[in-house]
Amino acid sequence: MHSRVFCWSRYGNRYRALALLAVALAFANAKAQDLKSFEQRITTKVLPNGLTLIVCERHDAPVFSYSTFVDAGDVNDPSGESGLAHMFEHLAFKGTSQIGTNDYADEKVALAKVEAANDAYEAEYLKAVGRDEKKVDELKKAFLAAQEEAHKYVVPNQFTDVAERNGAEGLNAETGLDNTMFFWSMPENRLELWAWMESSRLSDTVPREFYKERDVVVEERRMRTDSNPIGRLVEQFLATAYVAHNYGRSGIGWPSEVGQITATEAMDFHKKYYIGSNIVVSVVGDVKASEAMPVLEKYFSKVPGGPKPEEMTTVEPKQFAEKTVVIREQTQPFYLEGYHRPDYRDPDDEVYDAISDIMSNGRVSRLYRSLVRDQQIAAEAQGFSPFPGDKYPGLFAFYAVPLPGHTPAEMRDAIHREIDKLKTSDVSDDELTMFKTRTRADLLRGLADNQGLANDLAEYQSRHGDWRELFLQLDKVDKVTKADIRRVANKVFVASNRTSAEIDTEAPAAAAKKDGGAE
Amino acid sequence: MKSLDLKNFSRIAPLLAASAALLIPSALIAQQEKPWEKIPVPKLHEFKPQEPKRIELKNGIVIFLQEDHELPFISGSVLIPGGSRDEDPAKAGLIGLYGQTWRTSGTAKMDGDHLDDLLEAKAAHIETGGDDDSTALQWDSLKGDDDQVFSLALDLLLHPKFNPEKLQLAQQQEATGIVRRNDDESEIADRESAKLVYGANSPYTRQPEIATIGAVTVDDLKAWHDKSIGGKLIVGVNGDFDPVAMEAKLRAAFEALPPAKPAPPRHDVFSTPTPGLSFINKEDVNQSNVQIVGLGIDRHNPDVPKLVVLDEILGGGFASRLFQKVRTELGLAYSVGGGFTLPYDHPGEFRVDLLTKSASTVDATKAALHEIASLNTQPFTQEELDRAKDNLLSSFLFRYDTREKVLAERERLEFYGYPADYLETYKADLEKVTLSDLTATAKKYIHPEKLALLVVGNGPEIKPSLDELNLGPAQPIDITIPMPRMQPGQGGPAEKNQ
Repeated sequence: MHSRVFCWSRYGNRYRALALLAVALAFANAKAQDLKSFEQRITTKVLPNGLTLIVCERHDAPVFSYSTFVDAGDVNDPSGESGLAHMFEHLAFKGTSQIGTNDYADEKVALAKVEAANDAYEAEYLKAVGRDEKKVDELKKAFLAAQEEAHKYVVPNQFTDVAERNGAEGLNAETGLDNTMFFWSMPENRLELWAWMESSRLSDTVPREFYKERDVVVEERRMRTDSNPIGRLVEQFLATAYVAHNYGRSGIGWPSEVGQITATEAMDFHKKYYIGSNIVVSVVGDVKASEAMPVLEKYFSKVPGGPKPEEMTTVEPKQFAEKTVVIREQTQPFYLEGYHRPDYRDPDDEVYDAISDIMSNGRVSRLYRSLVRDQQIAAEAQGFSPFPGDKYPGLFAFYAVPLPGHTPAEMRDAIHREIDKLKTSDVSDDELTMFKTRTRADLLRGLADNQGLANDLAEYQSRHGDWRELFLQLDKVDKVTKADIRRVANKVFVASNRTSAEIDTEAPAAAAKKDGGAE
Repeated sequence: MKSLDLKNFSRIAPLLAASAALLIPSALIAQQEKPWEKIPVPKLHEFKPQEPKRIELKNGIVIFLQEDHELPFISGSVLIPGGSRDEDPAKAGLIGLYGQTWRTSGTAKMDGDHLDDLLEAKAAHIETGGDDDSTALQWDSLKGDDDQVFSLALDLLLHPKFNPEKLQLAQQQEATGIVRRNDDESEIADRESAKLVYGANSPYTRQPEIATIGAVTVDDLKAWHDKSIGGKLIVGVNGDFDPVAMEAKLRAAFEALPPAKPAPPRHDVFSTPTPGLSFINKEDVNQSNVQIVGLGIDRHNPDVPKLVVLDEILGGGFASRLFQKVRTELGLAYSVGGGFTLPYDHPGEFRVDLLTKSASTVDATKAALHEIASLNTQPFTQEELDRAKDNLLSSFLFRYDTREKVLAERERLEFYGYPADYLETYKADLEKVTLSDLTATAKKYIHPEKLALLVVGNGPEIKPSLDELNLGPAQPIDITIPMPRMQPGQGGPAEKNQ
């Protein structure tokens, strides 16, 4: 069953070596050329408020894509307020003092009353001793009434409505643990309209319909985490892998925390993190930098300035005990494990990329060939890194989906055998060259898409202080050696640095006795 | 291009218009300015999408060439008629297995594993796959590798050598999907609601089982391949190539093939679903997945542009009736939306779905049903019509803003036999839709009494109970996975294959 014959090796290897050489030659100047061609097309500008603008010209079709990269995510949520960054991201779609309201002056007063009513209601509701249920009811009614009053001034979804009527495509946002991104694409003749909208929502957010939106976010949690077996597993896995750093905290928020975030807290978060020095805005498409830059400058100068917020100083202490999570439930088995690794600024960052490529990328990868093709115990097996973020030290994770009749323990053992090979013997020349070739090609392919490029430029500018790093990283990729891979594997993939999580399938009868519900 | 008409912009969402007008003095409304209306919208830059060159060979095979010299890559595909709706029901899942095994097996000259090694070293790809009405082979590489990669792709197209070991691998992976298909609530809801529309044994919904995938043999894959490859192939190539040389290369490859056989006519029978409520209990979730479904129409129908505008008003974007009501106003769902799927050659579904916490299942479902019914009872406003048309037309450009998208659209139209100017006609028809069209279209296609409802959720948590919906008793659906001959610790369907 596991017999496999490499019948082409004699001529094949030689042939493959030649092929690799040809590819290397084809790519030799790719980086330099692309960097040069992009330097001619890209203009950057740092505004007095600290906000960085990037414009990349591409005149194929009369459209542009933008990306706003805010260097703040759920890792920055204060203690007791997990899910706050994400909650604020939702708020950024609710409009400003000029859009989404029929009378902002009166709305502002009404919103202050909502906040006061919520404070009063929460204070009573959260009383540990001597809570007056009748008072709770009354205060809740008053809170709902205040919301209804404020709602009179709302023009629902006007912000997104104006965007969609003006051709916004792929309108969305993403809050990660490290950062928050807002993005869409539009016809090029709406550039100024977009600049007005985007700069307005960054600088002039109104906590409109906040408490309804909080309910929506809690539904998002139920969908992504509570009602999804892998979502549940990953949340427990991270909470176990980290003891101090916020990477261990639920990104979308623990129910009791995200369910009680207030508009005041969201606005405080905005005030602290949505400042010029923390934001990069990139535009890619059919725009002329000489014409666009003054327009962008006019609008984005509205964003408040100020020093960059202090970085989080918590450092995850070195793990010294192996940890394991077992979820027993009526879903199919699954195995996941992770090892702490350094952040993206680590000199070995590209070595981790090499390991995940060699272990996981495609049907030539070691995990596929070993667990899926040869041992036939898994339907899928991969390693990936960093997880759940890259700004702070994350994890190098591996997972495998067992075939019917196979167990998480078999996945674990098989993954460990592959990891041991990395530690005890060098990867082949072919594997290492393949990693370098594919990395270059993937970078080039990614340049074709306006939105993808806008996202990359904004992210690299923010993370490295220079978008050119998107191309320059290829130098570091080129320098990865077999010895690097072995050294890093031996350093990181050790039992005391490991956390694993698995789903063990429980028989229906046993499950029936258990209490249901995740909240 | 001044397509925007923001002058009639209502300050208040249509749903609240009546009550809000009583509460807010009109003078107050007029106070708030709309700065965005004052921002100039210049004329859009001239743009004529580059159409691919179409070449029809004597044998009926059609080739499209789309040049794009921005990046040094070439990609291509061969689209082959026939898919899972054409497979033997006793071998349901054949197309999925075929799509995997075709590529992983490789050819007599080079088996799949060696293909993997060779291609990945060049950061190139050749992949195969199947859908409900077609299968396809695709390739992509740096332009300098195209000759070699294309000849490998052609060899795989014309001379595949299906390997029983690779079929077994595909069967194991397919079996893994089957035993896991009830783990995820949304997967259950989508699958089972489609069965309510088309019937459980329809070619569009029948599902692979351990037994049916186990019944598939290498000979079945060969037979499928030999038959389908004789159909009308559509070849599309995109990227950084010389058009004269590429045309010569493709002609040399495809001209010698025998005349393409036309696809046999289909005789599918479609009927509206049995109205009523069905329920699937899943006790490890705290959110209900609600599906409201009915039988729709196909894209040939001249009412499609009107229906698309109607869809936009019902469930299209942030400003749609469903989103405004269920998410924004009630805060009862993160995910809510819906409308008509409009397949190119068979009736699609009408589908509205939402996800809401167990306790609000009844409220959210009632609200969604109310919004569906409102299409026939609550008159459409000019505001709604203008917004829907603006939304659809101002972003229309994104259907052809890259050469790759233009190529894909032309291939699709060719495959389904639509005129090449379909998008232009369709856009012109969207522009013409009127208020009375909407009323008539809703009357013709929105029939709340003919809809079926499915709730997947945590039964004990759903309070008030589904009885409150007044749709009669909820019919349970059994989703137990048939597990013939599966022994713990055994490798699934593999044994059947030996």
